[in-house]
Amino acid sequence: MSATVTTRKPRQRRGDLVFSATAKTAAMTILVALAGVAVFLTLEGLPALQAPPGKLGGATNIVTYVWPLVFGTLLAAVIALVIATPLSLGVALVISHYAPRRLSKTLGYVIDLLAAVPSVVYGLWGALYLGPQLVPVYRWLENNAGWVPFFNGPASTTGKTILTAGIVLSIMALPIITAITREIFAQTPVLNQEAALALGATRWEMIRLAVFPYGRSGIVSAVMLGLGRALGETMAVAMVLSASGVITFNLISSTNPSTIAANIALQFPEATGLGVNALIASGLVLFVITFAVNFIARAIVARSQKGLV
Amino acid sequence: MSDLNTTTTAPDRHETPEDLRRHIPLSHARLPRWAPALVAAVAAAAAGLISMTLGWGPVGWVISAVVLYAVALPTWSRAVENSRAAKDRFVTTVVWVFFGIALVPLISLVWVVVSKGAPVLSAEFLTYSMRNVVGEGGGIYHAIMGTMLVTAAAAVISIPVGLLTAIYLVEYGVKSRMARTITFLVDVMTGIPSIVAGLFAYALFVLFFGEGIRLGFGGAIALSLLMIPIVVRSCEEMLKLVPNELREAAYALGVPKWRTIVKVVLPTSLAGIITGVTLAIARVIGETAPLLIIAGSTDSVNMNLFGERMMTLPVYIYYSYTQPGVPPEFGIERAWGAALVLIIIVMTLNLLARAVGRYFAPKTGR
Repeated sequence: MSATVTTRKPRQRRGDLVFSATAKTAAMTILVALAGVAVFLTLEGLPALQAPPGKLGGATNIVTYVWPLVFGTLLAAVIALVIATPLSLGVALVISHYAPRRLSKTLGYVIDLLAAVPSVVYGLWGALYLGPQLVPVYRWLENNAGWVPFFNGPASTTGKTILTAGIVLSIMALPIITAITREIFAQTPVLNQEAALALGATRWEMIRLAVFPYGRSGIVSAVMLGLGRALGETMAVAMVLSASGVITFNLISSTNPSTIAANIALQFPEATGLGVNALIASGLVLFVITFAVNFIARAIVARSQKGLV
Repeated sequence: MSDLNTTTTAPDRHETPEDLRRHIPLSHARLPRWAPALVAAVAAAAAGLISMTLGWGPVGWVISAVVLYAVALPTWSRAVENSRAAKDRFVTTVVWVFFGIALVPLISLVWVVVSKGAPVLSAEFLTYSMRNVVGEGGGIYHAIMGTMLVTAAAAVISIPVGLLTAIYLVEYGVKSRMARTITFLVDVMTGIPSIVAGLFAYALFVLFFGEGIRLGFGGAIALSLLMIPIVVRSCEEMLKLVPNELREAAYALGVPKWRTIVKVVLPTSLAGIITGVTLAIARVIGETAPLLIIAGSTDSVNMNLFGERMMTLPVYIYYSYTQPGVPPEFGIERAWGAALVLIIIVMTLNLLARAVGRYFAPKTGR
């Protein structure tokens, strides 16, 4: 057979072999690391299944221990998204369509600065500045909107509520959602937009008819990536929230549900024995949730990109 | 009101049919260009009057001015133009207001941190550790050193792995199934919560060193888990930007592939890679949660990555806030000072990255 080969296989130099093998090893390292996260967290989390109630902060088993934390995590993330989604769509539209072209790059950079601020600084700001500022608002909500279950008080006197935490989280999720949606909006085919304008559509009608339908899947996945950030954010919640591990939809009182990440950060430095294992088990739950959310979001992005190319 | 906007020249008495045709407008009436500015000025003045009589303060003034503007301009537009144009103007207002709301926390945060942190900064604050400090005094020297060491170690791990992975994805694994899987998983990895990375490092080291292990190198491992995906993504983008003609020219000269990558592809994309790596460092240098778990906290200087607890700047801020000591105001003061230093470091890195990206960008043929 080898005699009939007409195109000579390029000679593999030793340098090439070494280099490509190194590059491939590096790529494999990433897969190994990702698998390692799951494996080591499972290894260290499993003993928590036998943890006695004393190590679980009063809960009878690991499920009743993690469940209120999952609830708090989801509640805080939902609050954050309810605030952040409309805001970031507006910001993305300003950057992609409303601002003068020369200004839009600078505006995008300013919004990116929001993402650059370390989370611990957000925590400090949220706990010492934003929280106290919001106390009169919460008092007003309690007095005037107390019939809504979310606001039936009694209003916290420190402002360290799940609503404050949600607001801080929304500020942190906003740059992520904005970054992706503005890319998607900017990619909308110019012809579609010009066609809409030529038919007499106003700018808003053009955006509704041409830009939003085109970017729908991008918006969904951007919001999910923002959700991933809000679910996993630790320090801001740990510092802003005064948590007591209850399950409640009351957003403005001083007894609030805790989140998985914040609970780990608060308990870990003093935890011992099976308490550590229980925290790692809750971390595994958080990892699975955020991995799933990110996985779905990226899959939507990947699928929509494949359709476009 | 509408006479402002319809055609201003009144029709002549003796007009011919031709003149009439000329006066039929081709477009409907529109508000003049200066209408938004006028409405804004009137709304601001009216809101100022209202909030002065009711004693609302500047926040109430801004909010009422915006509300007045958002009501008045669409109403005027509806009267003169039509409901669709009114809606368009309303949405434009809303979109810009949203943008303004998004800027409020940034401005407020920077203002608060600078005004509270600046008085704390001093030579002593930057060059003293917290060893044997009770109450006033002390500084963040140990925390700065810890942050520098841990971040440097994380960078030493992440940059080679990240860069080589990017090279594999762009140069070797083009369109292979594995490259696509890795690209996808790297994207997913960017969303790993930082605290999970810390738990991973702890769970890893606890197998070797036993329970309660705290060491700076563990923090570096945790940070590199967060940093590698960012490095891969940015390097991949930059390598893709290198024109294929350059590679082909090198191949045509008989240069081996690995030398082409090292001598042609990497130098061409160097500026972009440095930008990406600097941004990645800026991103992880402020991470708190993983270091809280695996690097721990101490009051003394520790320069050994492989032994004992190591203080870092973000963890220092956290503990200065949660355990400020007695009396608490000095701890809180130090927290603000350290926050300002951290923000300055992060922003400097960001600006540096942008500057490198702008001034050393490869000259493309376009």
